Amino acid sequence: MVSQVELIDTLAGLALFADLSRPQLEAVAHTFEEEYFADGQRILRQGFSGSNLYVIVSGQAAVHVDGTQRATLARGDVFGEISVLLGEPPAADVVAMGPLRCLALPGPEVEGFLLTYPRVSYRMLQAEARRVRTANLWR
Amino acid sequence: MKKATRGRKPFPPGRYPVVIIGSGPGGLQTSYALRRLRVEHAVLSADAGPGGMFLRFPLFQRLISWSKPYAPAARGTRPYAWYDWNSLLADDRTHQALVAEFMDGSSYYPSRVEMARGLAAFVRRARLAARYGCRWEATRKTSDGFTLVTSNGDYTCRALVVAVGMAEPWKPDVPGLELVPHYVRTRAPRTYADQRVVILGKRNSGFEVADALLPWARQIILLSPRPALLSIQSRSTAGVRARYLLPYEDHVLGGGVVALDAATNRVERTGAGYRVFAAGTTRPGEFVFDADAVIAATGFTTPLGDLRALGLATFNQDRLPALTPFWESTTVPGIFFAGTVTQGAIGLKKHGIPSNSGGVGGFRHNARVLARYLAEKHFAVATPRPTLRSEEVVPYLLSEAARAPELWNQRSYLGRVVSVNPGEGIRDEGIIPLAHFVDASGPDAVAIVLETDQRGDHHPAVYVRRGGHVTEHVLSSDPLHNFETPDHRGQLTAVLNGLL
Repeated sequence: MVSQVELIDTLAGLALFADLSRPQLEAVAHTFEEEYFADGQRILRQGFSGSNLYVIVSGQAAVHVDGTQRATLARGDVFGEISVLLGEPPAADVVAMGPLRCLALPGPEVEGFLLTYPRVSYRMLQAEARRVRTANLWR
Repeated sequence: MKKATRGRKPFPPGRYPVVIIGSGPGGLQTSYALRRLRVEHAVLSADAGPGGMFLRFPLFQRLISWSKPYAPAARGTRPYAWYDWNSLLADDRTHQALVAEFMDGSSYYPSRVEMARGLAAFVRRARLAARYGCRWEATRKTSDGFTLVTSNGDYTCRALVVAVGMAEPWKPDVPGLELVPHYVRTRAPRTYADQRVVILGKRNSGFEVADALLPWARQIILLSPRPALLSIQSRSTAGVRARYLLPYEDHVLGGGVVALDAATNRVERTGAGYRVFAAGTTRPGEFVFDADAVIAATGFTTPLGDLRALGLATFNQDRLPALTPFWESTTVPGIFFAGTVTQGAIGLKKHGIPSNSGGVGGFRHNARVLARYLAEKHFAVATPRPTLRSEEVVPYLLSEAARAPELWNQRSYLGRVVSVNPGEGIRDEGIIPLAHFVDASGPDAVAIVLETDQRGDHHPAVYVRRGGHVTEHVLSSDPLHNFETPDHRGQLTAVLNGLL
């Protein structure tokens, strides 16, 4: 069970939303839908169009590409953003590892949201930069 | 089977394979479908009669789901259900499309009374029984199911179907909000004459109240943290419906109604009125409103009783149970849900569009699918799986995409599935949740659903399972929603190449 105050406190603790004021966090809590996934449930499906953007509030998820686990996602991580931004189907499955709570933003609303909250866009860019750096380290 | 007996209350306490709690449209549709499958069950209801939330809501007496007396499909045919979102589904013609029968022609949205009459007629004509005045008080898990403690005695069952609606008033934890009446306690509009009214909430109930108060209130301020999401923008019934857009237009034209994106920090009493403190969200700023009346149009929650104590996982700020695609609790197997609570199963939510499980139009289909699932899984009832010739598959699937009410009401949630099994041939597996089809294992098969993308295009989407791997194929849209063109036949034939 997560009350609205607890949810906003949780959002305040996530790097993605760290620059937002309390009222803005409340708007985020109303804009995203809270979703719950049971162990083994797929959230993002490789190759399926029309997916959405997710932020993990609690729990962990596995990233599978062609059935092979490539990464683990945890609290604060964002996924689905590349697919939404590029308008392409996801290149991976994301599967709940145990109970997983996420905030979901419908794909068609992502552009408007990021333009309304540019500080969130900047934080997301930073996260993407870290991912690119990590990927380059492994080359 | 323990049936209704003349002069005696039906379903006395005892053991039943299935117990349904609730006599609203969700409970009634499930009972009807289970009876067709000959699955014995009891229906218990705390109410005095059938109807569920429609005995009380909507507050201003007019629904936001259409029932069109005259439609492109004839009344009494299966496709007509897409044009009549309020009637329960039936196999017998005399039980079908009943809500339209009671409408007076003043609107294609039935009034609450017309809806209640349609439901009562369904119960009467289909001879559906329920034990009314029987309040569910507690639940215990047993070795092979559940025991329900009720005001009439104890019931045991293998499977429990909870169809209690989502009509319990809910308010967020904002200081002072306890001082403010909830939407359900909104008074008659004329009592707000010349008053300044703050409505907390910019969803359908908030705009419904604003619409009713337009001719009476001196000023209306609609407050909520996020901008209003309109159905014509979101392309789903999740947004504010067009019939409530007058207050929004007034806001846009600067006529006195204000729809403000602001978070309410606290509410105080000021003599006979209220003072509301809010902070801007999409645009920074502090606001203080003195109002004669404040109404919390902040939504509803599900009366889940003591189910959380059994381990029922919930989400959406504890308001909905987390459900599998077949509407079973993800954490307490054996507890199923029917009715508006089936929106706890999220589905694929393609392009951000949710299922229509929150409304009768969507959840009546869910109830039929649930009944079949319960019958097959728990009671070994064999249901028909007709065989198809290979040349029939493409036209059949395209006709489903064009006209099946299950697919139109439950976009990217329910699909028509045809399986191809070497030993059994090609079989029509019926209507199945898409999330189950794409995530569960099974024989080679194809599912067709209807989807709407972010440009508003309605199109069929086909999911093909070959060797356990599922691929998605989006077919073209058509401006007249005709998916039975030579072009569509060509596209689907190519997709199914080698499968049939």
